[in-house]
Amino acid sequence: MRRTARLLGMGWLFHVKMLTRSSFNGVLGIVYPLFFATVAFFMYRAGSPDALFYASLGASVMGVWAATSTAAGAALQRERWHGTLELLVAAPAHFALVLLPVTIAMATIGLYSMVSTLVWGRLLFGIHIHVEHWLLFCLSVPATVVAIGMLGFLLAVSFVRYRTAWALGNLLEYPVWLICGFLVPLTFFPDWVRPISWALAPTWGMQAIRQSAQGGTPIPDLLVCVGLGLLYTTIGVVVVDRFLRAARARAVLSLT
Amino acid sequence: MGAIQARDLVRTYKTSTGIFRRRGVEVQAVRGVSFEVADGELFGLLGPNGAGKTTTIKMLITLLIPTSGSASVLGYDVVKDAHEVRKRIGYVFGGDRGLYERLSALDNLRYFAELYAVPPAEQKRRIAELLDLVGLAGREKERVEGYSRGMRQRLHIARGLLHDPPVVFLDEPTIGVDPVGARELRRTIAGLTEAGKTVLLTTHYMFEADDLCDRMAVIAKGEIVAEGTPRDLKAIVADRTVIEIETFGVDEDAVERVRQADGVTSVSIEERDQAQVLHVQSPAGTELTQRLLALLGTTRIGRVAVREPTLEDAYVALVGRDA
Repeated sequence: MRRTARLLGMGWLFHVKMLTRSSFNGVLGIVYPLFFATVAFFMYRAGSPDALFYASLGASVMGVWAATSTAAGAALQRERWHGTLELLVAAPAHFALVLLPVTIAMATIGLYSMVSTLVWGRLLFGIHIHVEHWLLFCLSVPATVVAIGMLGFLLAVSFVRYRTAWALGNLLEYPVWLICGFLVPLTFFPDWVRPISWALAPTWGMQAIRQSAQGGTPIPDLLVCVGLGLLYTTIGVVVVDRFLRAARARAVLSLT
Repeated sequence: MGAIQARDLVRTYKTSTGIFRRRGVEVQAVRGVSFEVADGELFGLLGPNGAGKTTTIKMLITLLIPTSGSASVLGYDVVKDAHEVRKRIGYVFGGDRGLYERLSALDNLRYFAELYAVPPAEQKRRIAELLDLVGLAGREKERVEGYSRGMRQRLHIARGLLHDPPVVFLDEPTIGVDPVGARELRRTIAGLTEAGKTVLLTTHYMFEADDLCDRMAVIAKGEIVAEGTPRDLKAIVADRTVIEIETFGVDEDAVERVRQADGVTSVSIEERDQAQVLHVQSPAGTELTQRLLALLGTTRIGRVAVREPTLEDAYVALVGRDA
């Protein structure tokens, strides 16, 4: 157990360190979420201050999801190009324990965009950040980040199996913004979309963050968010060995 | 039982071509490869590019599942007991890939030490020992992206030895490394067997194989065409003579005329700066020099020499025969 925790912790630290070392990615990471935030603020500027705050919280979680969905695909593809994916698979550590810290590290980097979006909204649009339950807010944010990382892990498992699955990450970026209610309330969507939204942890994480900021009851949302995150991880752990075996049989671990 | 055993290994790759009418294509990269490497032996797998060396090694280190046949490392099956195999092997490949370039050598080694379950209390000592062994002590905090190819290669070796594996796979470890760096790497590789490790080395540098290997197998077009000690392989061409003809700007037609000449068993061309050196093999005692010079016509000729065959000539004869 201690060994597993250490492997996860060291893996997370290693990948956070690596993700923060690219100045090019760093600049994109700074600029990109600010564009999301600006678009969201202009969309909601005509509404009440509450609507603007709603948008700013939504835009802040958009950055976390963007960092995980698109970056997870790109990172796995980079591992494949650089030949490190084969080394990670050839290591005796269970591959789930190798991959999970990679996607959680990406979600952690996305946390920056959350902070920068709120600061950007405050400085340029004068959005007052008022949080009713700070403790629950501070619990909801990391829980959402980790749950998004766990969803990223489930996606990453498929990226390992299929060489071109990295494009799936890009494909999922915008639909998840919509159907998880980051910018638009879920009540705006047809009924058939709801079950899909409910199956996605970011939906519940977003609700927990908003409820804790607005003084509602975030705990049920928070529990569902964490529960779904754990479910994704369990599914990922169960299928990863099967997917890896298929990847070894079909020779898709490297590009050469 | 040997430390490494391969029995009738076959590996087929499936690809497809076309956009609308996709057509499946099967390429057989390895066709029934069998060999055995004894405990503590340094065994070489020699062959030209695309011969199936890397595919064979990837099956042995559990990265590829054989299409048919079986293999084991230290008695563990590479498909059924992949986890047990992984704990006991180190894998080092050549070239620039396989490292996290944005981070330091120390970061890389610490991360892989975790993946290979090196106990935390031992990591510091083990990493320091390996940095010393590969001559990177003092440079470990620099980012890998600033390393030369030789330094990267040495870091690869340190990474592959972190968990002190009894069996080490080296896939073209000196490729692209400058002569001095390559010589140092060869010294490090030789030290591995002195430390009791079993090593499987793939290379297409004959002098390297001759220098390091206890035994070797030559692989061409996915099949083993010869196996034995360097002396055994040299014996294949012991009854031949090699004529070296230095030419400048020789054309394909002239080479073809030489190749078709009576008494010529094989011809290989080596590029040396501005010159192309033809290595012409023929049965010992055959006097061909004047005839070959005549066949080269107006080609500018430099030095001409007759010499005894080397391991490289044996390799050319074997690979050329099956190519």
